[in-house]
Amino acid sequence: MTTIAQAFSKAHSEHRAALIGYLPAGYPSVSGAVDCIAAMVEGGVDIIEIGLPYSDPLMDGITIQEAVQQSLENGTKIADVIATAAKVSELGVATLIMSYWNPIERYGVEKFASELHKAGGVGVITPDLTPEEAHAWVEATDANEIDRVFLVALSSTDERLATVAAATTGFVYAGAVMGVTGARTSLGDAVRQVVTRTREYTELPIAVGLGVSTPEQAHEIAQFADGVIVGSAFINAINSGGPDAARELAQKLRAGVVR
Amino acid sequence: MTTEAVMSPDTSGHFGPFGGRFVPEALMAALDELDAAFRSAKADPVFIAELNDLQVNYTGRPSPITIASRFSEHAGGATILLKREDLNHTGSHKINNVLGQALLTKRMGKSRVIAETGAGQHGVATATAAALLGLECVVYMGEEDTKRQALNVARMELLGAKVIPVTTGSRTLKDAINEAMRDWVANVEDTHYLLGTVAGPAPFPEMVRDFHRIIGDEAREQMLSRFGRLPDVVAACVGGGSNAIGIFTAFIGDTSVRLVGLEAGGDGVETGRHAATITGGAIGVLHGTRSYVLQDDEGQTIESHSISAGLDYPGVGPEHAFLAHIGRAEYRPVTDTQAMEAFRLLCTTEGIIPAIETAHALHGALELGKELGPEAIILVNCSGRGDKDVATAANWFNLMDTKS
Repeated sequence: MTTIAQAFSKAHSEHRAALIGYLPAGYPSVSGAVDCIAAMVEGGVDIIEIGLPYSDPLMDGITIQEAVQQSLENGTKIADVIATAAKVSELGVATLIMSYWNPIERYGVEKFASELHKAGGVGVITPDLTPEEAHAWVEATDANEIDRVFLVALSSTDERLATVAAATTGFVYAGAVMGVTGARTSLGDAVRQVVTRTREYTELPIAVGLGVSTPEQAHEIAQFADGVIVGSAFINAINSGGPDAARELAQKLRAGVVR
Repeated sequence: MTTEAVMSPDTSGHFGPFGGRFVPEALMAALDELDAAFRSAKADPVFIAELNDLQVNYTGRPSPITIASRFSEHAGGATILLKREDLNHTGSHKINNVLGQALLTKRMGKSRVIAETGAGQHGVATATAAALLGLECVVYMGEEDTKRQALNVARMELLGAKVIPVTTGSRTLKDAINEAMRDWVANVEDTHYLLGTVAGPAPFPEMVRDFHRIIGDEAREQMLSRFGRLPDVVAACVGGGSNAIGIFTAFIGDTSVRLVGLEAGGDGVETGRHAATITGGAIGVLHGTRSYVLQDDEGQTIESHSISAGLDYPGVGPEHAFLAHIGRAEYRPVTDTQAMEAFRLLCTTEGIIPAIETAHALHGALELGKELGPEAIILVNCSGRGDKDVATAANWFNLMDTKS
């Protein structure tokens, strides 16, 4: 089992940012997702975020919306997501789940955290849960050695950066743009500022995601952040060329994250 | 027990275990800004005066109470009174909230409003307020609903709004809300999300409630001055729950007054095809708030079903969840068939064509009257007029005629 701290530390020792890749469980199928993730890891992804498909993904752009909808239509269940985490963890990569809050609450907060831990998962990203609403989640993740990743945004005030940084373990997820997931042609300079501001409140690594799709963007972000998160671009690659295209994209992004 | 003591959420927007904020961090600053603007506006006599002026001279408030004598004959002799929100400009209670939020939008220095709509009533009301105050307006509407409610799409466009059909998910109201939230996250700097009901993240449930509480404040005063007593029951339909909370609020402290919310029972709660969230849902988080939600064992939202597009929503405002939780209000389901019978009865006995949403409350009043007997006075929030529903109603009764 590789922890988040170990993954960042390894990347750091190699003078680069960590590469973090996202794919929803069950897409294009339960076993197909595992194959694609294996290819992403072969291509150089350090940390995997497995998306837990949800009916109302209001932080996601059209690429991820369509993928999770397909996954739900395929019948993907939370048990499949945890089983996917177990398989991915065996690849030797730090394995996280990204989930909207309601499925975790409904499944059982403690049950979810403990089953994920048993499966070898090391963290969970919760895009619609803020620290203010996370009392039960803090207890369950602490008890089960699961890192809880909260997000900071370009619009976060200093007070909120402090709140989020204090509640987060593993790494801080900084949104690169104001908006939902999905490839963008350009990222503003604002994300560099929010990363700099966030560092005043935490020693944890900070990874940047939302809108990041190209090796050039990855390279730019790697100069000031500890990790680069790519999601929709992997789905687009898989849609056009399956696991091979995912591996190839990972290789290019991995070449991009050097400092 | 005073209204204020029961109804004030805590500082982070919770009504007991319900409410709160479950949103992307990117929206937290905007919600804080909105919360501050709302509280400063409430305390500002200039803002209050401006809103009052619009309510009187634009909306046409106060709305009257009508004694529904012939309709009451079918209610076990009890007296049914109608609070006539259907007589407001744009034809429903929705205008109360949109005027308040549109004024707040200007106060925050924002130039654009976005809204979600199901049947189109909130979209039309938002487009109206945006035209009045010179704001750019974009309305998200499920593609299915744009087809079913083409006339309301035309209305919004005539008022200068842009209507965007939502083609993701189930292509209905819940997906329109998702899409509006996505727009808001991306454009929050110049855009206010003019949410149409008492759901969503704090401060929306409290703020929308406060803009609608004029319904109950007026009605309570009208009851005392004209009838010399309070009603025994206040009844209202509940989808998200804005008209119901609007009329309930003034009566919360009056423990002798029963508060009854009528949910959309669709084909019957037992069939699973319904929108009765409190009756048939479970506690969960949807669209930024913790409340009752129609969901499966894994927390996936279940699509709701109702003949009434305005009630066809798988969530409900957190304050209703709280009122149900503490037993201050009760919630009952009314099926499509029951609602449509009450719809026709009001048309033929009172010369009032109600919204199909409102017809759910009317059926509830008939039942309550039979339960309580001839001494009872039941005040129903007549939340909207039924012009928009004429095609649905014609279709429904023709279908019934051919079947029988």
